[in-house]
Amino acid sequence: MEEKSRPQTAELDQIVEMLQVIRADGDFDPKVEPDLSHEDLLKMHRFMLTVRRFNEKGMSLQRQGRIGFFMESIGQEACQIGMSYTLSPIDWAFPSYRDPGTCLVQGVPLSALFDQIMGNSADEAHGRSMPVHWGFSEWKIVSLSSPIGSKLLHAVGVAYAAKFRGEKSVALASFGEGATSQGEFHAAMNFAGVWKTPVVFFCENNQYAISLPVRRQTASESIAIKAEAYGFEGVQIDGNDILAVYKATKSAVDKARSGGGPTLIEAITYRMGGHSTSDDPNVYRSAEEVELWKKRDPIARFAAYLVKKGILSEQDNERYMKEIDAEIAQVVKEREAIPQPASSTLFTDVYSEMPWHLREEAEEFMRDEGDGGKGEG
Amino acid sequence: MAVSNIVQSVNETLRTEMRRNGNIVLLGEDIGKAGGVFRATAGLLNEFGPERVIDTPIAEDGIIGTAIGMAINGLEPVVEIQFLDFIYPGFNQIVSELAKLRYRSGGHCTAHVVIRAPSGGGIKGGLYHSQSTEAYFTHTPGLYVAAPSTPTDTMGLLRTAMRGSDPVMFLEPKRVYRTVKEELPSEEEFTIPFGKAKVVQEGTDVTLVSWAAMVHTCKAAAELASKENISVELIDLRTLMPFDIETVLASVKKTGRVVVAHEATKISGFGGELAAQIAERAIDSLEAPIVRLGGFDTPFPYALENTYLPSPERVLRSIRKAASY
Repeated sequence: MEEKSRPQTAELDQIVEMLQVIRADGDFDPKVEPDLSHEDLLKMHRFMLTVRRFNEKGMSLQRQGRIGFFMESIGQEACQIGMSYTLSPIDWAFPSYRDPGTCLVQGVPLSALFDQIMGNSADEAHGRSMPVHWGFSEWKIVSLSSPIGSKLLHAVGVAYAAKFRGEKSVALASFGEGATSQGEFHAAMNFAGVWKTPVVFFCENNQYAISLPVRRQTASESIAIKAEAYGFEGVQIDGNDILAVYKATKSAVDKARSGGGPTLIEAITYRMGGHSTSDDPNVYRSAEEVELWKKRDPIARFAAYLVKKGILSEQDNERYMKEIDAEIAQVVKEREAIPQPASSTLFTDVYSEMPWHLREEAEEFMRDEGDGGKGEG
Repeated sequence: MAVSNIVQSVNETLRTEMRRNGNIVLLGEDIGKAGGVFRATAGLLNEFGPERVIDTPIAEDGIIGTAIGMAINGLEPVVEIQFLDFIYPGFNQIVSELAKLRYRSGGHCTAHVVIRAPSGGGIKGGLYHSQSTEAYFTHTPGLYVAAPSTPTDTMGLLRTAMRGSDPVMFLEPKRVYRTVKEELPSEEEFTIPFGKAKVVQEGTDVTLVSWAAMVHTCKAAAELASKENISVELIDLRTLMPFDIETVLASVKKTGRVVVAHEATKISGFGGELAAQIAERAIDSLEAPIVRLGGFDTPFPYALENTYLPSPERVLRSIRKAASY
């Protein structure tokens, strides 16, 4: 069977319709630069660096057996930071497990991210979810489950409720290209189109869903084009170009906020690491391909742009890295000292009030085993 | 006073609750102009408008999933699934999302969604308009499950479901939707708590536990039994999660003999859980093995539907079995 060429790997630079502001060498097109202050540009850069370090630390903590599991998002920092930077505090975010950057941009402190991946007693979810399956209620980051695609419907519902009350908030849901094969993706697109809800669907097409390459995920010429069938706009952008990500998402968020309905954004990017700490990507993709994408690194590209614009110096960049490393080291030290959740938290929050059968189980367990003095909170 | 059937009771309860609480929205297929295929939402579109009575595309995952999102953002959706048999495209949303959201978010993110679905056979509906699948939901922590059998219980329990804050599977007995009629309580504060069974009739020889439309079959069976001088105590559980074990045990301690009867297939049906609970807690009171009666362990047939469904005579045979051991 002949496979159609599609925007991935080597062909990336030849995509003509795809929105790109910064080229791989840091050169840029001033005509399409978004309107962002130097301060914002530097903040975005710093967020990207923090996400990369968070990922590296998460992987290393898992490899050392200090946390049980991790999923990294190295290579996808431009997507995470660029899309989230368009949101305001009234907006809702539905990040995927590959979007720690969304949490940071929305205001979640690093300490809370580490509490989550450590599953300690300071985690607002009492360590019930696997690492990187976050939810931070204070920042309107909705708790994430493992089945992919299911949350897209929640984003549509949240947006419906906002519209129902005449509020101006927007819901932004991000997901991988693998999620687009799920029935719930179709339902979410369809309902959003029919209801014209203020929602932005942000697909981080990182070329692989665990091992399956995108060309085996869909026969469609792109992910973005699917939006047409649902009656709204789909755009394809260079997902390793933070300014393209920002620009396209800003326009979609503004449109949603002003009553223009949903948008589907497809950001072409690459998952540099494995699917998770339980995966070995070398069995399904070549080293050459990974090398090719290393040259398109979103952070190096943005740094080159900032240097070219005279906004960032090499020294600043090094100082940032040192500061971030020191902060992460300090946070990890602090958060690792926090005990695991108390055994009693096993039984709460199943219902608003504990029904009799659960109370009976909890009481029997606590009487027989209690907490063993291990947990707290 | 006028009497109402179960469909009218649902309609009246939805209407009064929607008047009282502006956050309640309804979602479902054909619930607007058509008023639902069973007319349970008749007239509500006119009164509350299309933003609160939402005719949705045909997609149960979409209906339940968007309802969860609405609930996360402060609305209180009541979903109508046209037939319980059609719920499976939304099963992931119920089991992975709705039931687990409160737990996995540490209680910070919750979704008060009530899912109404006509359940059970007896309307010539064949394989896909007849199933009683309550056990899928009682097997999922985080869900409450109600299965009323009368208009009054429907009103009281639906109000409790709608005024609570937990997800509820509200299974309506479609076989008796229009045949059971009674005067409804008029006061708007009338509610029935979850987890309180109703002793439909007192008896001394055999405890018969059931729920939903089967309660009416069991009533007929109890009457047949009384002609054979077997006194049956009939208990309508009304809610399966939580279930009222105290009322059941009190009865078992009195009679020493139990029949659990439901329409759902027998293997892994909720009757198995009840039987186990009774055995664990009151085996010393039992004078006979617990008798379980369910639908056959087959898919639900069209032509032979009345053969499949436990009849009063089949329930009577189970009662005799328990009584004569």
